[in-house]
Amino acid sequence: MALQSLDIVRRSATTLPEPQARGAHTGQVAKLIDVTKCIGCKACQVACMEWNDLRDEVGTCTGHYDNPADLSDQSWTLMRFAEYENPDSGNLEWLIRKDGCMHCADPGCLKACPSPGAIVQYANGIVDFHEENCIGCGYCITGCPFNIPRISKKDSKAYKCTLCSDRVGVGLEPACVKTCPTGAIVFGTKDDMRQHAAERIDDLKSRGFDKAGLYDPAGVGGTHVMYVLHHADQPSLYSGLPKEPTISPAVRLWKGIAKPLGLFAMAATAAVGFLHYLRKGPSETDERDEEAARRELEKTS
Amino acid sequence: MTDERKPGEIVRYDSGTRINHWIVAICFVLLALSGMALFHPALFWLTNLFGGGPWTRILHPFVGIVWAVAFLLLAAKLWRDNLLQARDRQWLRQIGDVIDDREDRLPEVGRYNAGQKLLFWLIVLCLAGLVVTGLGMWRAYFTLPVGLVRLASVVHAVCALVLVCAIIVHVYAAIWVKGSVRAMTRGTVSYGWAWKHHRAWFRDVIGGQRK
Repeated sequence: MALQSLDIVRRSATTLPEPQARGAHTGQVAKLIDVTKCIGCKACQVACMEWNDLRDEVGTCTGHYDNPADLSDQSWTLMRFAEYENPDSGNLEWLIRKDGCMHCADPGCLKACPSPGAIVQYANGIVDFHEENCIGCGYCITGCPFNIPRISKKDSKAYKCTLCSDRVGVGLEPACVKTCPTGAIVFGTKDDMRQHAAERIDDLKSRGFDKAGLYDPAGVGGTHVMYVLHHADQPSLYSGLPKEPTISPAVRLWKGIAKPLGLFAMAATAAVGFLHYLRKGPSETDERDEEAARRELEKTS
Repeated sequence: MTDERKPGEIVRYDSGTRINHWIVAICFVLLALSGMALFHPALFWLTNLFGGGPWTRILHPFVGIVWAVAFLLLAAKLWRDNLLQARDRQWLRQIGDVIDDREDRLPEVGRYNAGQKLLFWLIVLCLAGLVVTGLGMWRAYFTLPVGLVRLASVVHAVCALVLVCAIIVHVYAAIWVKGSVRAMTRGTVSYGWAWKHHRAWFRDVIGGQRK
């Protein structure tokens, strides 16, 4: 949810431009999560629930460190812990990834959403859900390449990380960034974050992480949440981070060409019927048919 | 239920079949309107007919279940008369004469012509597709792997579009061929109507082989 309304560049299920007088003239924003600096303290999860007034149910231990076990309408970010035995070094590596909305430049959720204005993209790049317009269909989940949105069991609305659009709107960094004790999460313009990432990647490479790199997948137009990964060539090591995420072809077909084509097909079918009626008129039964039927009846009886 | 037959009339549909047909028809219209509202942004305003977006989302699948059950009851009654026969092929070959309203050139038609039969089986096919994929998309009660839900969403839309086009043809045919709507409202057709459009069926009926 956000306070400003004059900087919406894209809005779900809407074909005309939205009020967008205010642009991101100083650059779009991005959150950079340096997985290599993360210690898995979950302070970001706590800051998220504090700032957003969320309280997830206290669950039970499922045998691993992920707590809660999955994202939910009350948990918009989650540390996912993966244990990886590196075959090259023989080391056991603890790969901890802060999961949450990636704020795609080309958001699959927004493309799939059928409700006007339930999902918006601001000029600064943040993708936000406006729950008062949400109808609870779950198409955003179908459209998302990262498995992020969750439908609340209480109100049947979809929720996810807002990138603290309410904080960013007044010049503050997101709550998770504010709280991160190791500086693994940083926030700024996307350009600055790429530059910062490049320095971090140089450093990692000098320490023997040859495959270190930035995760900013081009398949979704780049993201406004990016990762620095030690194994950028194998993002799936980090609890199944997709290697080349894109909006699924099925979703693109369904929410793309099928829409105008479908309307055209229906209108054309109705038009053909109408034209046929204008040319041929009704097919009526006349007295000759009744007469012929009577003759037939007499023949058989 | 029995229906009184006036002289010169033939009962084509008993009242049970008629009621069943209109339950199917009303459900279909509701489904098409609510489905289109969620399919194309230009038609989202149709959600107002159902009490807003969330109500549209809630009602659509339940109406779908009523529709599917009602159609299956109707189909149980009608499927035998819709089995394709050899003479249907000739009818389809002469589709130009059908469109030109030159029924005198066509082979004799039984209770249903080949077009009606094809429509029947197309509805059966689309209905199966819509029910299966619709359940897969029904997030209130079912959670399938996202890949399947994506596929289901496309197939649901395609089946719905094919079906809506087919029903437009069905409705137009009823408007075009005068005397047809009466068969589904009052249940009867005139001898002349049966003679002209379904001659083989007419012969069966007057021969006393069928009601």
